[in-house]
Amino acid sequence: MVSLEINGKKYEAEVSPDVPLLWVIREHLKLTGTKFGCGIGMCGACTVHVDGQAQRSCIFPVGDARGKKITTIEGIPADHPVKRAWIEEQVPQCGYCQPGQIMQAVALLREDPNPSDDKIMDAMNGNICRCGTYPYIKRAIKKAAQEVKKS
Amino acid sequence: MSPLITRRDLLKKSLAGAGLVVVAAIMPGGYRILKAEGMPKDPADSCSLNLWIKVTPDNLITIVLNKSEMGQGVYTSLPMIAADELEADWRQVRFESAPAADRYKDPVWGAQSTGGSTSVRHMFEPLRKAGAPAREMLRMAGAQTWGVPREECEAKQGTVRHAKSDRSLTYGQLCEKAAKLPVPQNPPLKKESQFRFIGTSLPRLDVVEKVNGSAIFGIDIVVPGMLYATIARPPAYGAKPTAYDQEAAGKVPGVFKVIPIDRGIAVCANTLEAAWKGKDALQVNWEPGSQPDLENETLEKSLTQHLSKQGVIAKSQGNIGRALSEASRKIEATYFLPYLAHTTMEPMDCTAHVQKDRCDVWVATQSQTGVLMTAQKVTGLKPEQIHVHTTYLGGGFGRRGETDAIGEALQTSQATGKPVKVIWTREEDIQNDFYRPGNCCRIEGAIDEKGELTAWSHKVVVPSIFARVFPERVKSGIDPAAVEGIANMEYEIPNLRVEYVRMDTPIPVGFWRSVGSSHNAFTVESFMDELAHAAGKDPVEFRLNLLRNYPRVRRVIEVASEKAGWAKSLKKGEGRGMAYHFSFGSHVAQVAEVSVQEKEGTIKVNRVVCAVDCGPVVNPAIITAQMKSGILMGLSATLRERVDFSKGGVVSSNFDNYDLNLAPKRAHRPPVANRFFENFPAIYTKFTSSQTGKELFS
Repeated sequence: MVSLEINGKKYEAEVSPDVPLLWVIREHLKLTGTKFGCGIGMCGACTVHVDGQAQRSCIFPVGDARGKKITTIEGIPADHPVKRAWIEEQVPQCGYCQPGQIMQAVALLREDPNPSDDKIMDAMNGNICRCGTYPYIKRAIKKAAQEVKKS
Repeated sequence: MSPLITRRDLLKKSLAGAGLVVVAAIMPGGYRILKAEGMPKDPADSCSLNLWIKVTPDNLITIVLNKSEMGQGVYTSLPMIAADELEADWRQVRFESAPAADRYKDPVWGAQSTGGSTSVRHMFEPLRKAGAPAREMLRMAGAQTWGVPREECEAKQGTVRHAKSDRSLTYGQLCEKAAKLPVPQNPPLKKESQFRFIGTSLPRLDVVEKVNGSAIFGIDIVVPGMLYATIARPPAYGAKPTAYDQEAAGKVPGVFKVIPIDRGIAVCANTLEAAWKGKDALQVNWEPGSQPDLENETLEKSLTQHLSKQGVIAKSQGNIGRALSEASRKIEATYFLPYLAHTTMEPMDCTAHVQKDRCDVWVATQSQTGVLMTAQKVTGLKPEQIHVHTTYLGGGFGRRGETDAIGEALQTSQATGKPVKVIWTREEDIQNDFYRPGNCCRIEGAIDEKGELTAWSHKVVVPSIFARVFPERVKSGIDPAAVEGIANMEYEIPNLRVEYVRMDTPIPVGFWRSVGSSHNAFTVESFMDELAHAAGKDPVEFRLNLLRNYPRVRRVIEVASEKAGWAKSLKKGEGRGMAYHFSFGSHVAQVAEVSVQEKEGTIKVNRVVCAVDCGPVVNPAIITAQMKSGILMGLSATLRERVDFSKGGVVSSNFDNYDLNLAPKRAHRPPVANRFFENFPAIYTKFTSSQTGKELFS
């Protein structure tokens, strides 16, 4: 049994501590917004926050998440500047990688509210989008950064 | 948020109450409306009904969609078409995916499937013809309510209004009355100048769900009591298991059953992690496979050797032999293109529940017809007992027209008697694809004294996709995909020969975004530049010269070169290239600006300018997004991707060795393009101005 705190709520899952956090979130706890893409931390589709840091949940043992605050796409408020910018810029195509992209972008802006172009590319480099929405992602991050600055 | 959302729940929600349902059928001879009726009493039965548009008292308009949403925006563009004709209020428009049923088949294809850029092209007219009668019936309902002539009532923005008496009623208020009226069979369609939605960049209807994480993809389906299945698969083509430890797998806690199936050994368990542990415990020994010497090198060699074999002639005009021998200048080139994987971001998955007299399949599919046929084959049930629930697709690109994962879910559900969700790992996905085939071709061209192109001989070696997928479409031994974009190229060349040599390998091949054009646009356009260079001509002028009778094509090329500043000078080490291609109904011209890093021996794409004429434009923003997407995927295909083979099977396995240029930078492979650059690429789409009727690109 592993106890977890996800999006401010307590959960318990009947799993062994070595199971990747991704599968516990998705298949045991049914928070299916977080996606599976590669299983080796190379595509970013599974990105969540553990104590505010972006982590690839597909290679993060659930046991290591005990006592930490986990945030998934469902835990980012609808009026968050990043989510709003993603809608305004019409970023998603197939949409599958976007929860991971958004989680990565939220973490980036928390660390650097005014990132340079190079910083954006660097931070987002590990998130793959087969549809090729990258130019839209970059525009949305810049828009969200402006929103953050205003508020 | 409840994750236990199924399509059934969505239907129930939207079917609350009575209203107007347009029931229509696509007949072989065209499209016609059969009847309109009230809402079905039992929402659970609605899956079997043939609904295209539902107008409900809650003022919601629901458009039922027979095409799948895989990123290309059809869950927005198709509702726009129907809603425009209906004069709906866009804010009230919703959508639903259609069940698998004959009446939802693509009217041109005769199959319910999504691909080949057909969604808007094939559904433009049918959806308008479904919207128009519903609009007229709502107008008539208003007219009858007020006792005024229908002509005096205007339908607009989801409301019928009688201006003279300043009265209006919403579609929701009128829908029940409208449902009782006779259906006009050939109501007039709106003129282009009357379009409200078509031609505008309305926001996508699927974006909010895809941003907040609630969009349901195939992998997200949860059916109470379901098992998870994973499959131990042969590492080489044709390899059969010689031994495996079924007992050890069965002892892993949570493992429910081990089942040998068509494609390997399936392990079903209560959790995915238990299924994977069970698979490891199987310790399968595999025999070597049908072609153990299959390696990158042997494959390349075989493709090249096939060039000397005699093939079948797909096109022959003029006298190619004489033209080549009499040419003042002759050039030749050989091209080799590797196998490619689809790598949709959502790996293959499927959930199925096979019961005695009912079968449910929840799947991200491009082919509802294919799912239905597979389910019939596996279960022996009748089509009406099989319920296909289409989810969002986490990428398609042709891969999700296949039904392999669906068969696995069906077989394991049948064997266990429980709902089963099959989820492939990325390794399974890359190693068990239906790949874009490798391709090798030799082209010879001839130029006369004036520098005019007189002859083009094109011999192409490529495995056949159609031989497996649609064998009936292989006529006289010619696979249509092998020669598309060559045999039908727009360029007027007096002597043209296209020859096809089929090569058979154990590697399964399938439709990969743009299919044959992904090879043939590259080789034809590359060779066209070689010819222009040999003739000492400007590559744009050289092309235009071959297109004197094709003003539509010329315009696309001209726009791309004008917008790119074709004549502008470049810095040292920079170059500019043009390509034009026609495929799946669209004419596209692109100009790429590239710089060469001589020391590193690499190139970098700095900018791409694209002009597209795809016919009637429904949503310009979606077209722009699609073109940007295609350009990036094309660059990835051209410059980076390849599937590696060894010991009779695929050795590429995940994003650490399948080199998408969209994937993270690696030190030994510098980026070939800045995929984040805001002005890259620039897209110009052809429109017809609704005011002037003139064509313009913007």
